[in-house]
Amino acid sequence: MTDTHHPDTSLQRQTDEGAQELVPRTRELVMTGGVWPEDTLGDTMIINMGPQHPSTHGVLRLMMELDGEEVLRIKPVIGYLHTGMEKTGEDLNYVQGTTNVTRMDYASNFSNELVFSLAVERLLDIDVPPRAAWIRMMMVELGRMASHLLFQATNGMDIGAVSMMLYGWREREECLRLFETITGLRMNCNYIRPGGVAADLPPGWRDHVLKVCDTVEAGVHEYDELLSDNPIWLERTVNVGVITTEECLAHSITGPILRSTGFAWDLRKAQPYLPYDEVEWDVVYASNGDVYDRYRIRLFEILESAKIVRQIVEKMPPGDFRVQDKKITPPPRARIDESMEALIHHFKLFTEGFKVPSGETYVAVESPRGEIGCYLVSDGSARPVRMHIRGPSFYNLQSITPMGGGSLVADAVAIVSSIDPIMGEVDR
Amino acid sequence: MADTTDTTTDEPRENDHEAPGPDDDVAAAVLGAFAGSVFVRSHGQPVVYVARGSFADVARYLRDEQQFSMLIDVTAVDHLLDGVRYSPPGVALERFEVVANYLSHVRNRRLRVICEVPAAEPSVPSLTPVFPGANFPERETFDMFGIAFEGHPDLTRILMPDDWEGHPLRKDFPVAKVPVTFKGDPSPR
Repeated sequence: MTDTHHPDTSLQRQTDEGAQELVPRTRELVMTGGVWPEDTLGDTMIINMGPQHPSTHGVLRLMMELDGEEVLRIKPVIGYLHTGMEKTGEDLNYVQGTTNVTRMDYASNFSNELVFSLAVERLLDIDVPPRAAWIRMMMVELGRMASHLLFQATNGMDIGAVSMMLYGWREREECLRLFETITGLRMNCNYIRPGGVAADLPPGWRDHVLKVCDTVEAGVHEYDELLSDNPIWLERTVNVGVITTEECLAHSITGPILRSTGFAWDLRKAQPYLPYDEVEWDVVYASNGDVYDRYRIRLFEILESAKIVRQIVEKMPPGDFRVQDKKITPPPRARIDESMEALIHHFKLFTEGFKVPSGETYVAVESPRGEIGCYLVSDGSARPVRMHIRGPSFYNLQSITPMGGGSLVADAVAIVSSIDPIMGEVDR
Repeated sequence: MADTTDTTTDEPRENDHEAPGPDDDVAAAVLGAFAGSVFVRSHGQPVVYVARGSFADVARYLRDEQQFSMLIDVTAVDHLLDGVRYSPPGVALERFEVVANYLSHVRNRRLRVICEVPAAEPSVPSLTPVFPGANFPERETFDMFGIAFEGHPDLTRILMPDDWEGHPLRKDFPVAKVPVTFKGDPSPR
């Protein structure tokens, strides 16, 4: 099934270090008219794009200084979706914490739940059972597929391939249906929790997961055929919004944007956290650092995630899906009906939560957008003193300034889209 | 990509919260270069507490001498209402802590640098001259905690409205005690 659905690999090179380099594509110069007349007035104009513009992925506002059609300077203005989630996080106990963080990056909620849970577990000094870790890895990778499919949909729409919006959402819908089957919710699943996951996988999950993988891989093949060699698409994306590795490092930019500059850095490979070192997969990177490379990296990362998920389906170990520590884990639902103590235990755990020893830690994982981190400070009570999420979109938005200067207004839309910002995570 | 033998993730967790004794060569180098710094291993992760004045100098030292290529995060903590506050030996605790996380891609390791900031004079040197990526997080920390970053090119509120009063993530800023206001609507119905 998979082999027939892999996209054209002529633009791809397998390195011997467990990575796939996407070979850069060059663009031939196309002259489409005469030279524009000189701007005799020389004055510039400052306009605002957003915070309600459809291409700004929510409520992002861009201040742009324009000279005609050319963008001289560009500055993102954020905060329109600020809901004080970090303040809320200080008011919720560790059991309730995941319901809060899952709403930050709403397009890939599992990464948020995972990083928060890992931070809590590090403060508690507990390790989750193997099955819980593998379930987490599968859900995070399926979340990455769903998130990148959403990117393909919105990126296509922003650049003008409106049919891509429907195709991307069509495949993402299959992922969301799977999430609903496994977790009970399509989005904001609150499935990964401190101590493990909320519930074991339902009967028949293997077939469903494999079916979703087949559908998504077929979809990726279709997008690749539709876009990757499309002259209009190339005209809009190749050599647009170029950023260098040095600029990325200086501006704290991670994820597909960093990888598009020829720097194959992925935390799953570099600092493995879940059993990522027990599955075979490649870091996808490219070297032009333009919108096209970022599109293509995310396209191929969907296939890599599907590859990981297929291995997880084969290797999923049996056992507990959450740690058997009564301080952290609620009793099974059936016990509550027959045991008063279990009912009290359940009640106390969900009202008061559990206490976490005093200390501080920072945990980072690779979300679809880059490094998402959780800085957690505990004072020994059941609520954190500080729960800070390092949202990759928040930092990645800073790349608009180096990428957008000197571009055209229409390219600015493509650039914002290629950053793939989720404003819920930016403003928190 | 680099040698993975000394990543922080593989460290044993037994020696958590021990008295300072730099078993990490980067932390040892920072301690040698900046007198008065204190090393702590916090849940397997190396942490260095530095003096407030040398906050930006440490960043420059890490970037230029220790190959720390990226500033991952800048944030702050308000310890006003702590129950049991973890106190590393040798650190004079203050109300605020400003926390910076660094990452070295080449050496594949992390380091956290923390400086204590008194409530009476909440300011630290800005990291933006060293790492331009500190722009947004420092603005956020200023917005949320009222901690000024000296030398920041554009230290304005980033998440809250410009005319907002107070700093929401301070512990003495109450939750849900803010009246709902509609700008430009003077006559409430």
